[in-house]
Amino acid sequence: MTDRVYMKGNEALAYGALKAKLNAYFAYPITPSTEIPETLAKEFGSEEYPDFKVFLQAASELEAVNMVLGAAAGGVRAMTATSSPGFSLKQEALSYAAGMELPLLVVNVNRGGPGLGNIAPEQGDYFQMTKGGGHGSYRLIVLAPNSVQEMASFPKIAFDLAFKYRNPACIAGDAFTGQLKEDILFPTIEARDYDVSSWAVTGAMGRERHVVNSMNLDPEVHEKHVTHLDQKYKMIQRDEVRYESYRTDDAEIVVAAFGITSRICKSVVNKLRAEGSKIGLFRPITLWPFPYEPIRKLTEYAKRFLVVELNTGQMVEDVRLGAEGRAKVEFFGKVGGLLPTEREIEDNLRKLAEEAITA
Amino acid sequence: MTAQEPSLKQYRKKLGKLETLTEKPTHYCQGCEHGELTRLIANAIENLGVRERTVMIDSVGCSVLAFDYFNVDHVQSPHGRAPAIATGLKRVRPDLVVYTVQGDGDTLAIGLLEVMYAAIRGEPISVFLVNNAIYGMTGGQMAPTTLRGQVTTTTPYGRDTQFTGAPIDATRLISTIDGSAYVKRVSLAISELETARGKTYSIKNILEAKQAIENAFKVQMMGGFSFVECLSSCWVNWKLPIMEAKRFVNDQLVKQYPLGTYKDKFGIEKK
Repeated sequence: MTDRVYMKGNEALAYGALKAKLNAYFAYPITPSTEIPETLAKEFGSEEYPDFKVFLQAASELEAVNMVLGAAAGGVRAMTATSSPGFSLKQEALSYAAGMELPLLVVNVNRGGPGLGNIAPEQGDYFQMTKGGGHGSYRLIVLAPNSVQEMASFPKIAFDLAFKYRNPACIAGDAFTGQLKEDILFPTIEARDYDVSSWAVTGAMGRERHVVNSMNLDPEVHEKHVTHLDQKYKMIQRDEVRYESYRTDDAEIVVAAFGITSRICKSVVNKLRAEGSKIGLFRPITLWPFPYEPIRKLTEYAKRFLVVELNTGQMVEDVRLGAEGRAKVEFFGKVGGLLPTEREIEDNLRKLAEEAITA
Repeated sequence: MTAQEPSLKQYRKKLGKLETLTEKPTHYCQGCEHGELTRLIANAIENLGVRERTVMIDSVGCSVLAFDYFNVDHVQSPHGRAPAIATGLKRVRPDLVVYTVQGDGDTLAIGLLEVMYAAIRGEPISVFLVNNAIYGMTGGQMAPTTLRGQVTTTTPYGRDTQFTGAPIDATRLISTIDGSAYVKRVSLAISELETARGKTYSIKNILEAKQAIENAFKVQMMGGFSFVECLSSCWVNWKLPIMEAKRFVNDQLVKQYPLGTYKDKFGIEKK
């Protein structure tokens, strides 16, 4: 593969994973994520990717993700990709993986919901991805790319974080970032090696056995386990927050958006800046850990926030938590596969700018 | 009792400590065949000398605590998904010996797709199904293998197959799948024998199961999918005395689920 490529986000993600030395992929087709397994199936066996040892199409979303669990327990880089209805079916395994402390990657190319919804872009799985769609007290590391370029570079970051913390990671794409075709300079990806010798299930040869498990019947032992997980999550929250803050230094109004929506918002910010407005863009890159503290800092100048999402208002709740009541936080969203136009965002910003702040 | 068959007492004496077992006493109820199965699997692993490259996938049900008993590497599985976990692991580490111990609810209700597709793909893993015709761990509800008319907590007036469908014959089902290599049904319940000197017990079933389990591992190592259904009792949930429950296995359960080798693609039993 050449460095300069014109490809879809889903294809870029597949190649990004291969360059990050993906070992095993377990597939189940669902629109609009299917180009990921299709690209990987095509490259399976290629000499360019000698680490890519297993490609297997499962009989269900459940089977696919549990195969990922088994492979991850073996200490290798394993992943699957799906889209919203399929991501719902992954929740059981993700809860187990978090409890068992298994590093793995699940990509969710977000489409319309609830239910079968449609195959157009939405960001309605924000809550499910960031708040824990499965049972128990756990968190996923969630990265939200906003371009084909980032679809290519994020699998490596996701694997690095997953193995560093022994926790499942998730890439939150949407039907736009997945289907969008862009001309990109494919990023240089240097895969790291991970030390899995202390926990991976490889056969207890010349060592004590490894038990990859999430169950402790004794309440005191289980409390210890869940507390350990919680401490790990606190560490991730402290050290791994990623975000993009664009022209926010003196911003009085901040528009906050993630994924594809942030690209439209950026154009709006540039346009209004040219007209003299003190406006900036804040884009969370890790949806979890969420950048609460950077938002709190922004509220020192910015007293007005507009959160733009492809849902009926999910991340807006986290922005409000970050603002801690110091700023007025309004929401503008589109659903069903529709995108907000620059004009619509502009109108909402103007309206927000005119509103008096009563605090 | 034939001459080659050791008595239960002699058999117990022959059992030494196995490296494949931890020292931890099991939580299984007295008289439950899970204990026998644990020992037989450990024996087979030891006989084949593969402990250090064996991984058990722990299912959900009475075998959920098996990671405490087998001194091998373990991976926990969600309910029913053990064959999928086993597949993922075996695919990335083909040198491992991977097995599951699953109950009838786990394997044949919530996990039927997973076990069938592992068989369809011919995954080189071994599945040991404990069929005691009931959900044991949750306290005696109807299982896919519950007999017609059998009383459980969710069929308090007896299983009416007009409404629930008929009991599922897992061994027959798996044996019809092209991808399966070794499919066998055994009974783990000891049987009573009347002799001239009075009543004694036969462990013929156990010895047969022992061989089947070892064969299952061998077939896996030859690259085939092996499935051994172990008929067992659950006197606690059947609400029968222990020996009566074992008698029920060998008199009644075997009528619905006939014992025998249903498939032996590699001819392992002739070797």
